[in-house]
Amino acid sequence: MRVTVWGCRGSLASPGPETVRYGGNTSCLEIRLSDDSLVVLDAGTGIRPLGVALAGEHLPRIDILLTHLHIDHLEGLGFFGPLWDPNAEIHVWGPASPTRSLEERIGMYLSPPLFPIHLREIPSHPIFHDVPPDEWRVGPATVKADFINHPGPTVGFRVLDEDRTLAYIPDHEPALGVDDLATASPEWVSGTGVAWGVDVLFHDAQYTQDEYDVRVGWGHSSTEHAVTFARLAKVRRYVMFHHDPQHSDEQLDRILAYARELWGEDGDSIEMAHEGLRVEV
Amino acid sequence: MPESPRTRSLVLILAKDLASRLATPVFVVDHEGMLLYFNEAAEPVLGRSYAEAGDLGAEEWATMFEPRDLDGNLLPLQDIPLGIALLKHKPAHRTLTIRAGDGVRRRLAITAFPLFAHRDEFVGAVAVFWEQDREGRG
Repeated sequence: MRVTVWGCRGSLASPGPETVRYGGNTSCLEIRLSDDSLVVLDAGTGIRPLGVALAGEHLPRIDILLTHLHIDHLEGLGFFGPLWDPNAEIHVWGPASPTRSLEERIGMYLSPPLFPIHLREIPSHPIFHDVPPDEWRVGPATVKADFINHPGPTVGFRVLDEDRTLAYIPDHEPALGVDDLATASPEWVSGTGVAWGVDVLFHDAQYTQDEYDVRVGWGHSSTEHAVTFARLAKVRRYVMFHHDPQHSDEQLDRILAYARELWGEDGDSIEMAHEGLRVEV
Repeated sequence: MPESPRTRSLVLILAKDLASRLATPVFVVDHEGMLLYFNEAAEPVLGRSYAEAGDLGAEEWATMFEPRDLDGNLLPLQDIPLGIALLKHKPAHRTLTIRAGDGVRRRLAITAFPLFAHRDEFVGAVAVFWEQDREGRG
């Protein structure tokens, strides 16, 4: 699998001179599977430039996997070029709520007054799938979705392709629900079923510990919690993701240096996501 | 890749966490009725600690406390609130007596309800209970 980061900012797009190195677009990853088919993880504002980059490439099918429908993970969907191509076959996967299907929920955003065009008028007529409880196939890959700890229905994804695994949990508060994350049994920690032993984990690292302490229950991780979770789940490589919109490039540099201290030996196994980052899984 | 651990439903993780933070006695079981947790507030009422309870299946926890109705008749699993939540997936409430682990028979008001992660995904059940005096006061 080849992964490209098109957006790694959390909560709100934050372009500007202070975020130019890590980027201001919200969550979006491009995955090219072993047969070169395309899977897109989340539809934050980063999906717009991805759509631009895909112009002229005739893909038989695109699968978009949405972890949840908070606006920073959905706001780019209507600006994804292939969505407006009547010949494109687009499948959108994501969590239903207890009372509404994924399609109904997305239709609440892709319709007036929040969006000028109604979902049913979009030329590609995307096909919506509530994430199933069991694994499913996307091209050569096997995908698994587990509900994880974040306000509202939210899943993390695990993608397996040719014995290589990637986990994507951009919004996650694993510390909520356990007394001490560092000593908790993995079976009682949200997200371990997705992240366990993967080659590469993209995971929430939105807050410093001081920021987290006044935002408990908001659904995100401190640097300490993120590193502890990655260690607990025995991941081989951890990419810090979902940067707070208030964090400048310089702050993110400092957070990464601290995270590497926490990680200990083999500090190169942890890095900070930035737009344009390519990861070979 | 290291062998994957068994992982619990997020609903059970959060139910257990909520119970651990409450001063009201709470008892949590999974979809098969296996005891997952009872909180510190439940320990003096049940007359035993969670740590010493061990793995208990539904038939075990339903009989070890000898639940009886207020006329003294033994109650089977399907007639106690947590059994109803577990077997029929319905909420239930009842006042009954148990013989706790310390040998004392106590009168409890119990409310139990099923946990559904999704409309068709039953993941467990919770019982909340209160010790009452002989006049039924909580």
